[in-house]
Amino acid sequence: MSRSDVLVDAEWVQAHLNDPKLVIVEVDEDTAAYEKNHIRGAVRLDWRGDLREPVRHDIIGKAGFEKLLSAKGISNDDTVILYGGNNNWFAAYAYWYFKLYGHQDVKLLDGGRKKWELDSRELVADVVDRPTTTYVAKAPDTSIRAFRDEVVDAIGRKGIIDVRSPDEFAGRLLAPAHLPQEQSQIGGHIPTAANVPWSKAANDDGTFKTDDELTALYEGAGLDLSKDLIAYCRIGERSSHTWFVLKELLGKPSVKNYDGSWTEYGSLIGVPVQLGDEPGTPEGGGSL
Amino acid sequence: MCGATTGGLSVEGLDLSKETVIQGTVSKGELPVAGAYVRLLDATGEFTAEVPTSATGHFRFFAAPGSWTLRTLAPGASVDRQVVAQRGEVAEVAVAI
Repeated sequence: MSRSDVLVDAEWVQAHLNDPKLVIVEVDEDTAAYEKNHIRGAVRLDWRGDLREPVRHDIIGKAGFEKLLSAKGISNDDTVILYGGNNNWFAAYAYWYFKLYGHQDVKLLDGGRKKWELDSRELVADVVDRPTTTYVAKAPDTSIRAFRDEVVDAIGRKGIIDVRSPDEFAGRLLAPAHLPQEQSQIGGHIPTAANVPWSKAANDDGTFKTDDELTALYEGAGLDLSKDLIAYCRIGERSSHTWFVLKELLGKPSVKNYDGSWTEYGSLIGVPVQLGDEPGTPEGGGSL
Repeated sequence: MCGATTGGLSVEGLDLSKETVIQGTVSKGELPVAGAYVRLLDATGEFTAEVPTSATGHFRFFAAPGSWTLRTLAPGASVDRQVVAQRGEVAEVAVAI
């Protein structure tokens, strides 16, 4: 797999805006951004309303994903281009979702909405109405999704990557610095996890760094990239960004996104937790 | 640096005893800049968070006490500003690009 199979630049998207088998999808953390304006022809996925189970704490199931994509007018044989704010956090999360449910051809717009805006490219407010389709999803590919028991089991054995900011990793903050901090869970990280903030994989304009830079980044943090890898963050969206880097850009064979992430792990009773800036030992401990 | 200045975002509803707030505006000449990207970098220059400015050019972070850099990106512009934040206070920063 090469970069061009999973990533397109703004120039490419601009040139293919009128391609009938191309569907551009905006996925934002700020779910109101799309209403203000978006790339011409783009439909919206709302991560809060569309990509979360309404009752359970979970991702939407196969039937829910089929219903969602059918309503958005996306067909199984469409090429889906995802982009969004915050350096593609939620676009990468949606990308992971599309892969989880077996969509054949999905790519990220490198740099997302930010790069598009910084390039001063056209954004429109037009309402986009695509005819509904009958989308058929595959069974979820659990080779790219980690659950809590295997994460606990992976401590000290597999490569665990905590992609939150250093302050969240250490336990000094419970959420990214642009969000309020009140949370129920405790602070800290999964013992033995290396801290490679997702943001290090991106340039200031939101585009991904080169493969060589990315490999040096993870190896420099002490990760053995030949191991099975699990990425996590707070709610599984920033870790999708890193999952994308490791699995899709660097082509590592076994990379899972732990979408339960710290909101789940940090609320579990009796599991080891590590405080402070070091990965720590499997038993956990440490202090701030 | 203490308390919201005239025209700043309201801090109503925030529990300032728990929060360390960095907020402010981005402007160009006399006009607020909507949709600029403000990046919060920690004392080592490490990226911590990023927000786009609102329609009125405002931004806000919930940080931790310490020294921070605000890097503002807009088409054709990149401006760094230093700020020191303390718990229980609102650090107001006016960024001109």
